[in-house]
Amino acid sequence: MKLVGTERVKRGMAEMQKGGVIMDVINAEQAKIAEAAGAVAVMALERVPSDIRKAGGVARMADPRIVEEVMNAVTIPVMAKARIGHIVEARVLEAMGVDYIDESEVLTPADEEFHLLKSDYTVPFVCGCRDLGEAARRIGEGASMLRTKGEPGTGNIVEAVRHMRKVNAQVRRVVGMSTDELMTEAKLLGAPFEVLVEIKKLGRLPVVNFAAGGIATPADAALMMELGADGVFVGSGIFKSENPEKFARAIVEATTHYKDYKLIAEISKELGTPMKGIDIATLSDSERMQERGW
Amino acid sequence: MVMWRIGVLALQGAVREHIDQIEKLGCEPVLVKSVEDLKDLNGLILPGGESTTIRKLLDRYELLNPIRTLAQNGLPIFGTCAGLILLADEIVGYESPHLGLMDVVVERNSYGRQVDSFEVELSIKDIGEDIPAVFIRAPHIVSVGKEVEVLAKQDERIVLARDRHFLGCSFHPELTEDVRILKYFVEMIKQCHNTSLAKLNSI
Repeated sequence: MKLVGTERVKRGMAEMQKGGVIMDVINAEQAKIAEAAGAVAVMALERVPSDIRKAGGVARMADPRIVEEVMNAVTIPVMAKARIGHIVEARVLEAMGVDYIDESEVLTPADEEFHLLKSDYTVPFVCGCRDLGEAARRIGEGASMLRTKGEPGTGNIVEAVRHMRKVNAQVRRVVGMSTDELMTEAKLLGAPFEVLVEIKKLGRLPVVNFAAGGIATPADAALMMELGADGVFVGSGIFKSENPEKFARAIVEATTHYKDYKLIAEISKELGTPMKGIDIATLSDSERMQERGW
Repeated sequence: MVMWRIGVLALQGAVREHIDQIEKLGCEPVLVKSVEDLKDLNGLILPGGESTTIRKLLDRYELLNPIRTLAQNGLPIFGTCAGLILLADEIVGYESPHLGLMDVVVERNSYGRQVDSFEVELSIKDIGEDIPAVFIRAPHIVSVGKEVEVLAKQDERIVLARDRHFLGCSFHPELTEDVRILKYFVEMIKQCHNTSLAKLNSI
């Protein structure tokens, strides 16, 4: 019997993206540049995170026409963002045939108490996390892929590094624990017990974990791979740079060959000015997107 | 027992899953990222991933021709999903193939988008029954050449076929615990090895 939307099918889709770069795009032209540069998927948006920051106000799901335009422009998978807890935005994107939904803190949350029950959907979801508790809660709700939250739209890698290191350190701790210690750890982390049991059994997270939020250069992408990311999301970095085509290719190469430092030096030459970047300390609490979701 | 060295093209995609399966069968996995890694392989696996991305990286690291030459000299290759697309002689809607080694015509994303991705159990000729197969934005084999053996179909579409020392499937056996298809590929490696030894001895 043919089964759709199973855990294996949804998680498997993310496994196929490993070692790749997922790029934010806002129209068909950018999507084609991303595909030609070797992106494994594109994220169709109305505005990239740094512009969302600038614009302020409420950020919502993109206009379906933009998503459709991007879907028609490329053969690689197309992802789109729904607001945290916005059941209908997610259902609309699913009905449109989007390949992956990002329940994203980059948009203004629709629900400050509950995330989506992602296991209810046929389409797979990716969610952000800052630590293992958050990662495990999202997996418990049915997320098939994780990413660091970082601090989107800042061009500053520091938060993504913090989140990746934290999750991986906590995973190592859980893997090293004896099973009778897991319930207490679940309580301390605010994590579903069953997910911790699965992590211990596998010796790793049961879904892939990409880096996202603040990746601005090829070296940033390589750094995140070095720290154990399965792949990277690049948001504002690419199409806010001087030469997006060259920049996008450089990010892809740096991600594939993240330990080849001579190559990274070579491809980092004359890329032009990367996005300016923001010191996280200058952001007020209300400007910090990573605090959205729980 | 001979410890076969099986390479997995490791530019992008589901590499770890293949490595795990190779180890399960007691063979030696080799990550292939550059031309040097192709040395002394007994077989090569082209994993699932994004075929357009993998192709671009094959070009950039000048791996396409070395792999093609090894294949033409008898290196057994197994392609899963994107790997099948890389192997095919013809891709529907595209002017030229990638490696162009296997006498099959394939169509990309032929089951629809991700929401149409599915899993199913297949019975496969010479391999076994109830083999779990995960289809993710999968291609399928539209037609095959005369010498090609069709090993499995799903909904009347060809999803696993063998052309001489090339094996290609449109699904992902590596996402399951079942290693029977990989075992079949290892048998192919053995056969190829014995045939080339016999050839050497007859010279």
